[in-house]
Amino acid sequence: MSNLSRTDVEHLARLARLAVTDEELDVFAGQLDVVLDAVARVGEAAAADVPPTSHVVPLTNVFRPDVVTPSLPRDQVLAGAPAAEDDRFRVPRILQEEA
Amino acid sequence: MSTDRLVDYDEVTTRYEPVIGLETHVELGTASKMFCGCSTTFGAEPNTQTCPVCLGLPGSLPVANAAAVEATIQIGLALGSEIAPWCRFARKNYFYPDIPKGFQTSQYDEPLCVGGHLDVDVEGQTYRVEIERVHLEEDTGKNLHVGGSTGRIHGADHSLVDYNRAGIPLVEIVTRPVPGAGAKAPEVARAYVTELREIVQTLGVSDVRMEQGSLRCDVNISLNPVGAPEWGTRTETKNVNSLRSVERAVRFEMRRQAARLDEGDRIVQETRHFHEDTGTTSSGRSKEEATDYRYFPEPDLVPIAADADWIEQLRAGLPELPAARRTRLQQEWGISATEMTWLANAGALGLVEETVAAGANPADARKWWLGDLARRATEAGTDLAELAITPAQVAELARLITEGTINDKLARQVLDGVLAGEGDPAKVVEAHGLAVLGESDELVAAVDAAIAGAPDVVAKVQSGKVQALGALVGAVMKTTRGKADAATVRRMLEERVLSS
Repeated sequence: MSNLSRTDVEHLARLARLAVTDEELDVFAGQLDVVLDAVARVGEAAAADVPPTSHVVPLTNVFRPDVVTPSLPRDQVLAGAPAAEDDRFRVPRILQEEA
Repeated sequence: MSTDRLVDYDEVTTRYEPVIGLETHVELGTASKMFCGCSTTFGAEPNTQTCPVCLGLPGSLPVANAAAVEATIQIGLALGSEIAPWCRFARKNYFYPDIPKGFQTSQYDEPLCVGGHLDVDVEGQTYRVEIERVHLEEDTGKNLHVGGSTGRIHGADHSLVDYNRAGIPLVEIVTRPVPGAGAKAPEVARAYVTELREIVQTLGVSDVRMEQGSLRCDVNISLNPVGAPEWGTRTETKNVNSLRSVERAVRFEMRRQAARLDEGDRIVQETRHFHEDTGTTSSGRSKEEATDYRYFPEPDLVPIAADADWIEQLRAGLPELPAARRTRLQQEWGISATEMTWLANAGALGLVEETVAAGANPADARKWWLGDLARRATEAGTDLAELAITPAQVAELARLITEGTINDKLARQVLDGVLAGEGDPAKVVEAHGLAVLGESDELVAAVDAAIAGAPDVVAKVQSGKVQALGALVGAVMKTTRGKADAATVRRMLEERVLSS
């Protein structure tokens, strides 16, 4: 039984830029708990001789040679943008979030 | 623009000890991006070098660029790092539109290279800068902030993004904290970045052009009272984009932090922006609330497992590194460590080496590059290498002097001509008639005229005051506008005045 607090959910919502009401915090905390519990059962199935892994295929060193291949045409690239201006993606102003 | 109170620099280190740390980003010079085949050409039309992978479109699959991985391992080997036998990429999640994917593919707890060090010399003293890690990630796109008066984020109405740069391989080299540099901390920081830049340049894996952003620095600085058991709170000054700025940023932060500490204020752990025009920093994002990037292993890229054979093959391919080259050249040229440091700091090492290779003797090559040419570069506000003169031309200039065609004074006029684009030194000499006059009719006439014009001086010399001859030499030099060789003139005068 995991125990996701309201504070945890609030934090996650903020990181995901989701506006969540007080009532929703309770609802999501409960629901996410159930999801986490379900995932945690994988841990029960894995025996001690199964090492944790992030990749399911036993591969390493998959590389591509340093060769240039054609890029997409710009009109096609910008067609997918919510807004474009001066051949660039137009995004809302950004404050205090420079990485 | 800065209203910060500052302590005089000389006073700072009487009360405080600085600890510096540097994070340097090097954009690799691969032909294609880190995880896709888009070109990395600088200055292309906006958004013409993107594809589903670097735009993060659904269903696209990144594959790591082998050349970028090898370049990173080479940088690690050059710094004496351990190359990880196994490591992974990680997603660094954040909401800032400089990356279209919603995360930057980076490395987190498993960097490709770990540890190492770089020794730097500042005024005859060696400082060891320990390397924490070297890891591989991808660069971000470029934002253009529109609507603000200054092009900065604050006051901007909206931003325009060009993703050509997003996905270009970027190597981050992180130092451990460097204590003990004291008042020399700004110079040590600069010397470190200079040396690192030279290593990367020597490896040939990046053009390391700071003005184009292919080498960028974040500078961490903290101060603690002299003798205090713990280090102070640090600030991180972002994107310091010239060697000079690295030094200025450290110096400014030391002065600013000292003033705050003097007044009993605490230092806020924050990101600061460096302003090139004023040499000051200003507060950016506060790091009080630790950024939560929710790193997790990148599922779309398989781990890198560098085996010993591969690493040894890369090690064997390393070129002679800058420190080894300096030691070798210092011995070959028979100069002191201090002179070598001057040459290196002036960015003249390669130029002098090429000038020597073109036939000049090392002393002449050094004299011209560190003397007249360095002065002219400073006056023009440019680097030595940017001057419109080649090592071969400097070697030719030196040869013309050795052969007696010109003297040092004329050589400076020849330099003017070469720098003005008039061609090789010999051509400039001919075009302007700058060659030293031998015992030509012109010179004989000038000597005779000087003797005839100053009988009183001639009498003095003949009565034993040989030093009075200087006045006659000066007169001849003046008539010939410096084209005569002073020693020749003196000999000719002596022959005529003293033997009569």
